[in-house]
Amino acid sequence: MRPITLIRNAKHWKTGARVDVGFRDGVIVADLAEREAGSVIEADGLTLAPGLVDLHVHLREPGQSVKETIATGTRAAAAGGFTAVCCMPNTIPVLDEAVQVEWVRERAAAVGSCRVHPIGAVTMGQQGEQLAPAMALKTAGAVALSDDGHPVVSAAIMRRALEYARHANLPIVCHEEDPTLRGEGQMNEGFTATRLGLRGIPNAAESVMVRRDVELAELTGGRVHLAHLSCFESFEALRDAKRRRLAVTGETCPHYWTLTDEAVGDYDTNARMNPPLRSERDRDATLAAIVDGTVDCLATDHAPHTADEKRRPFEEAPFGIVGLETALALTITTLVRPGHLSLARALELWTDAPRRVFDLPAVRLEPGNPADLVLLDPEAEWTVEPERFHSKGRNTPFAGWKLHGRVLATVCGGRLTHRDPSVGVARVRRELAAAGEGN
Amino acid sequence: MSRATTPPRERRHLLGLEGMSREEILAILDAAECCRARLRAGGMPFDDLRGVTVLLAFFEDSTRTRVSFELAARHLGATVATLTTAGSSISKGESLFDTVQNIGAMGVDLVVVRHSASGAPAFLARQLDVGVINAGDGRHEHPTQGLLDLMTLRDAWKNRFAGRRLALVGDVAHSRVARSAIFGLTALGASVTVAGPATLIPAGLERLGCAVAPTVEEAMEGADAVMALRLQKERMDGGLLPSLGEFSKVWGLTVERVRLLARDAVVLHPGPMNRGVEVMPEVADGERSVILDQVENGVALRCAVLERCAEAARRAPPAPVAGAGLGAPGGTGAAHAKETV
Repeated sequence: MRPITLIRNAKHWKTGARVDVGFRDGVIVADLAEREAGSVIEADGLTLAPGLVDLHVHLREPGQSVKETIATGTRAAAAGGFTAVCCMPNTIPVLDEAVQVEWVRERAAAVGSCRVHPIGAVTMGQQGEQLAPAMALKTAGAVALSDDGHPVVSAAIMRRALEYARHANLPIVCHEEDPTLRGEGQMNEGFTATRLGLRGIPNAAESVMVRRDVELAELTGGRVHLAHLSCFESFEALRDAKRRRLAVTGETCPHYWTLTDEAVGDYDTNARMNPPLRSERDRDATLAAIVDGTVDCLATDHAPHTADEKRRPFEEAPFGIVGLETALALTITTLVRPGHLSLARALELWTDAPRRVFDLPAVRLEPGNPADLVLLDPEAEWTVEPERFHSKGRNTPFAGWKLHGRVLATVCGGRLTHRDPSVGVARVRRELAAAGEGN
Repeated sequence: MSRATTPPRERRHLLGLEGMSREEILAILDAAECCRARLRAGGMPFDDLRGVTVLLAFFEDSTRTRVSFELAARHLGATVATLTTAGSSISKGESLFDTVQNIGAMGVDLVVVRHSASGAPAFLARQLDVGVINAGDGRHEHPTQGLLDLMTLRDAWKNRFAGRRLALVGDVAHSRVARSAIFGLTALGASVTVAGPATLIPAGLERLGCAVAPTVEEAMEGADAVMALRLQKERMDGGLLPSLGEFSKVWGLTVERVRLLARDAVVLHPGPMNRGVEVMPEVADGERSVILDQVENGVALRCAVLERCAEAARRAPPAPVAGAGLGAPGGTGAAHAKETV
């Protein structure tokens, strides 16, 4: 029998109790006899939690590996404390067939640093016309369906997609955007856009589609997951859906509660994403929706682009920012430290909550559960330095921010997938590193 | 909005009037008046900018602005090169960044840039170690137009801006001229009232410092000047306007509406005019029209701007090689061997 790896003297993320957690062959075990421990991580009071899950990541592979690869994207995920990511199907080719989904899973198994759960397309080629084979996609391992980045424009197609997805019991992740209302919009409609002479994207471009899909959830009984919600009206619609007990869930992203459209400043392409950064009122509404539980979970919408692509005039640069390596620290710094959420609740929004939304197996710090773990120091302060990201993408509006909360070690399936170089060495025994890397 | 005097080194750029102080604007207007007097007296070319290379980089069609800059640069003795979109590497898919890096490597001192993307000149100024003059970027600003409008209004208003009011009428949403006019006039203590179809008034416009009137009559009543903004014909396509005829009837500058203005008020238009649409021919050619004064002032004003920017570029300390460190001042890299004149 292989020796166990023991995490000693950690602080339980929920109870705050001192705990020792050991695992062997990727599973948490009950027998923690020290003599069986092959390696020991001295947690020294660090917080131990289940690994984080990100329901909304663009790994860019296949097809756009100049922006990101499965290897670099999952390495970034591990550094951010994630043990699972759900990757969007807007790759080249689109993940609209079982073989594509299988390829991503196999590639991730071979080179990945975390679990990768692909999201299949709703329609073939994300063209919004012909349904993708939901059952085959599910069998191949897809955990949800989405035409992310290309909203399903036709309400009729969305209706059929929701009806059909019920057979697979898969949620449809909706990037809510009415392309006609967005038009050629480049950033949030409002004073900053007007000052800079940029075309605006009104809140309604998002919220009218949220309303539509809430109604379609009612009509079809299908599961709707509202992606990266950004504005007051969308949260109102999500609240309404929950009052009506519809199968509608929603997520938001750190940039929507930390920034407003003023961050665009002097045409900063790293503050350019879709949906765009909104007004102060929307930022407040995002925060309120997180605090009151309207939002089911958090996600990053990690969207890496090359420096060349972002080094263009604002209107010509692509939308999106990276998020995996700043998500947890932004959450702790801006939600936990000011007292909006407890640490346990904040972590829940990145762990148990997203697992529930996509029916992923739960992870508890108890025997028999997968050893998907993160060890973190919620107090540790660090400065965001994009050049040190593991992601290929350096496109973040948070460069230079001083954040609290550092991931010191990540364990995925019993394998040490990240160890903080500055702090971790003193806490992790050499044998463990060897064992971890040898797994 | 904070207004501060631009640091000397940054004066080699003219990216917009937003944030520019009253003193700076008046200094440019004073210089432009001197230039106008010299140009009227004749004897061009002068040698103020001898040895200075000015590139006119026009990534979007323009006739008057380009000719006006070219005349201004030649009158001052500068070496002038022109880059227009057709036939340039831009149409072959080269990125703006690569194009301007190449320009920087050619040893250009000032780039006058017109681009359809808002913020393109600011982008160039960050990337390149040359002075950048914005000749109109997207829907953002057109600062030399704004300044020549101020120069024209200063004449009409007998050197007094305080208490004066400009009515700005028409398609504000798509107008870079409007933004520069609002920033410039508010900096000088004048006020601006805007009127136009709701579809062409952008969100949050009041926060730029202007008032928005519900009708063109209310905007023009008692105003000391009115400027009609050019209406692009393609505005009918996106459902922004029902018809040119309707626009003309409700928002066009007619003789009757011009009578609402204060005594001695003047009529401006940044051109090119759609006669019979945003401005009626009898108004454009009428006695209150200063539209051709604007054009004359344009050359003199651009002379003053070129001089200011060239002077600041001349004084600029040794800077990194163009493109290195994204053009950040004080970055690493060998000193750029800039010719001083």
